[in-house]
Amino acid sequence: MATVADPTVPVAPPVTRGGWRRLPVIHQLRQSVGLQRAMLVAGLALCGLFVLVAIFAPLLAPYEFNQLRDPSGSFGAQQAPSSEHWLGTTVGGYDVLSRVIWGTRTALFVIVVAVLMSIVLGVLLGLVSGYFGGWLDRLLVVVCDAIYAFPSLLLAIVVAIVISGGESSLVGGVMAAAISITVIYVPQYFRVVRAEVVRIKAEAFVESARVIGMGHWRIMTRHVFRNSTRTLPLILTLNASEAILTLAALGFLGFGIEPTAAAEWGYDLQKALSDVTSGIWWTSIFPGLAIVLVVLGPTLVGESLNDLADPRLRTRRRAADVPLGVAEVTVVPGGTLGAPGGLSGIEDVREGEKWGQR
Amino acid sequence: MTTTTTELTGGGAAPDAAPLPARRNRGGGGGLGSYILIRFLLIFPTVFILVTTVFVLMRSTGDPITAALGGRLTGDQLAERVHAAGYDRPILVQYWEYLTGIFTGDFGTTISDNRPVTEVLTTFGSATLELSLYALLVAFVLGIPLGRLAAYFRDKWPDAVLRVLAILSYATPVFFMGLLFKLIFSIWLDWLPVAGRASTGAEIQLSTMDGGTGLYTIDALILGDPEVLRDVLQHAVLPALTLGLLTAGVFLRLVRTNVIGTLGMGYVEAARSRGVPERRLLRKHAYRPALIPIVTVMGLQIALLLSGAVLTETTFEWKGLGFQLVEYLQARDFVAVQGIVVMLAVIVAVTNFLVDILAAFIDPRVRY
Repeated sequence: MATVADPTVPVAPPVTRGGWRRLPVIHQLRQSVGLQRAMLVAGLALCGLFVLVAIFAPLLAPYEFNQLRDPSGSFGAQQAPSSEHWLGTTVGGYDVLSRVIWGTRTALFVIVVAVLMSIVLGVLLGLVSGYFGGWLDRLLVVVCDAIYAFPSLLLAIVVAIVISGGESSLVGGVMAAAISITVIYVPQYFRVVRAEVVRIKAEAFVESARVIGMGHWRIMTRHVFRNSTRTLPLILTLNASEAILTLAALGFLGFGIEPTAAAEWGYDLQKALSDVTSGIWWTSIFPGLAIVLVVLGPTLVGESLNDLADPRLRTRRRAADVPLGVAEVTVVPGGTLGAPGGLSGIEDVREGEKWGQR
Repeated sequence: MTTTTTELTGGGAAPDAAPLPARRNRGGGGGLGSYILIRFLLIFPTVFILVTTVFVLMRSTGDPITAALGGRLTGDQLAERVHAAGYDRPILVQYWEYLTGIFTGDFGTTISDNRPVTEVLTTFGSATLELSLYALLVAFVLGIPLGRLAAYFRDKWPDAVLRVLAILSYATPVFFMGLLFKLIFSIWLDWLPVAGRASTGAEIQLSTMDGGTGLYTIDALILGDPEVLRDVLQHAVLPALTLGLLTAGVFLRLVRTNVIGTLGMGYVEAARSRGVPERRLLRKHAYRPALIPIVTVMGLQIALLLSGAVLTETTFEWKGLGFQLVEYLQARDFVAVQGIVVMLAVIVAVTNFLVDILAAFIDPRVRY
């Protein structure tokens, strides 16, 4: 399955005429103007920055995430920002800046694991369910609807209990957040992919493939799957930001990763809760801002993609710039997001119902 | 789509929806009746699936007694407790007992403080309800007019500012937003109390009064003490804003998208060509139909609100269900956790049903 971990370059589409310009995101980047372009560019920049910081964390961070002392002695708890500790130290005596920087790694882990698992499972289930139909299809739809309407955080808590039993190692914590997100997002991928598959299944080219004797698996992967991926980038951005929010929320509720195992912002915020009352701001503001920035990246990209996918919301260039301004309405297989009749799947997920759920 | 249908139903979230003979079902005809019935019956599989999922997941880690008391008792004592609670019987028997228990309103008894879970609900549920109502109020008051404003100034700077704010309200975790508010308004400016639902004096007065509803605002009104009322309201401001802003962002988006959608509809275009001014178009033609989808998505907002309430309550020590849930989590009392989660699942399912029915009354398109 053609999935890529990086949230900014989601799913490799079928190569059609036009080459790289038709790739999702790049295509939209060329298409967009004004605020939509600004949001897309800002979102991509934030995502890029986030990945870079995560990769180069060992070089950037002044100390280890679990370091309590250096040769000159112990750091001390709740020290205000100084030249030694630019962002101060936490109540546990860790360096805030180092934990903020190392935290990007934990966050990236969770995003990658959660997104990969949700996509693979959700797309697979959606494909099989939509393609074959029958009782399995009906059962899956009911199950997915039930999970979809349930407060995601509560589900995440239950899953976290199961995965880690409340213990908090690095792998346990990451997997707890990632699997809870998977449980919540599989229904969303499932819904849109299934809807697309049901639609595409009735198309003539699928019929033709069947007539010439192609196997089910080959039809599913070559013909149906590749044409049903156009809404995936959108959900993917939501999925990525939601993964971080869930990880942080679990950490905040006391299901975080132990500070000795990894740096995790939700845990730091939980510990900072009582600091705030005594006016100590640096232990909460910086990890919190880190979460906001990391969530903002994929969210801005998704918001922009959503606008561009919706002809009602898309800001068009002035008529003089683009002849006719309707070039996006095309029926190229796996083509642009602007194809007519294709918005319902996006609307299902994007139109606020699930937006912001955590 | 004919103009009549459009005006009735608005151009909400589904511009591609097939035009329905909207008038046929007006007045609660057969269509609505069967819709309500089917929708009602759908509650059962939903609840069943969730209950089963939670049960299977929670039990896959072992029995709850060992989880709660594992380190503190000897092997024999533990086995005795497990046996007494019936956790050594076949899992299917326990499952059946659990299911039938739920049907009779028995969600189990907590291990740590030995209370029926339903009692936990009645004790702490009102606090969560109060918080959610305040949050919804904030969301409506902020989200809807601002969404309308954003649509009116589409792609101009007020729109850009509002959209960025809406995105920020989503990207900021509820608890971080709460921490920021606390820091700014309680610590630095010292305007509002840091945490809790009321100060100690007021809390005692409210909890000892007769016939209290548990909703402190209403209780304070009944009590008729302006000081207590002021105190209660002051305590509610920050939590309500924190939780409300989350939902307000969603509403803003939704209203903006839908108003823009309806502004592009044929009937608005027609009115525009008749020379109706732009402001009036927005107010009279595009705005009201755009509100319908808000009702239709309210059901899913409840799930969002509940998740957010758990975090808000923890941040502000607002002693509601979410706060209590976290206490039980930290005590490793998984019977209580399971009970509360399942009970919330039932509440969400039932509320969703009610909202869907309301939506069906307002918007004929949502009926089957």
